[in-house]
Amino acid sequence: MFINPKTNPVDRTALSVAFTVGLYGAAFGAAGITAGFSILQTCLLSLLLFSGASQFAVVGIMGAGGTAISAIATATLLGFRNALYGIQMAPILKVTGIKRILSAQITIDESTAVATLQENDSDRRRGFYVTGIGVYVFWNLFTYLGALGASAIGDPAAWGLDAAVPAAFCGLVWPRIKKKREFLITAAAIALALLLTPITPAGVPIITTVILAVIFGWKK
Amino acid sequence: MTAIWMAVIGASLTAFLNKYIGHSVPEKWLDRPRFKRINTLVPIVLLSALVGIQTFAQGSELVIDQRVAGVAVALIALKFKAPFPVVVISAAITSAGIYNLF
Repeated sequence: MFINPKTNPVDRTALSVAFTVGLYGAAFGAAGITAGFSILQTCLLSLLLFSGASQFAVVGIMGAGGTAISAIATATLLGFRNALYGIQMAPILKVTGIKRILSAQITIDESTAVATLQENDSDRRRGFYVTGIGVYVFWNLFTYLGALGASAIGDPAAWGLDAAVPAAFCGLVWPRIKKKREFLITAAAIALALLLTPITPAGVPIITTVILAVIFGWKK
Repeated sequence: MTAIWMAVIGASLTAFLNKYIGHSVPEKWLDRPRFKRINTLVPIVLLSALVGIQTFAQGSELVIDQRVAGVAVALIALKFKAPFPVVVISAAITSAGIYNLF
């Protein structure tokens, strides 16, 4: 597979997403060190856990003096959506054995989002792998650099990274909102998540919005 | 083993289990129109919720800060069909500008 972002729009989207999200890995690297994790522990989270929200939850909770159990539980809850993405991607990827293990590892928000935006299965597979592998490479590279220069990058907000990430997700949701009904679902999901934020532990507000998908998808 | 090592290894294991289980659910389970409708909506609600949380949440508090302006600029850029890197960079510049000025 040759990656050509100049002529292939799938590759262009995939690599833009991969680079933007990967850059945020520097902030994660810095967050890990700040929370008292070693460079090795911080980098292992990016290599093995590889799911941004869950990783931030782990270092955030441990850094604030939380227990390992609460960190694991929150990260697991946040990562449950990756199971739902896997259900969606499996019939398209059709892989087994070691390929399934590797595909599972890169099943995250970004790879699934870029894949499901495409019109046919060949482009979906291309979108999934270019984005997934791209994010993996950039995310781990920048985690290491961020951990190394933890004090140098300082505050991610000073670089606008705190807005760049939700902006990137907006770019991924936007093309899915074609009808008034989908706009309504989006608004309901944001409202529900924000409503739950002050009263439930981290991770619960996001995963709870799956209820909305069930309600709105139940009847045609 | 320290608590941090337990968290690193434990959370990495459950993260992989989450991902792998999704890939291993039998395909015939999916061959239902209702399931497909729900499954199409799942990334929409989760990604929307993520946008909401990343824009307004500060831990368990809701705040309005420079991120809101950044995301608003991103939405305007999307409305005008701007390419993806423009959407993201304009949001970052807006947010960083407000953050560093005030």
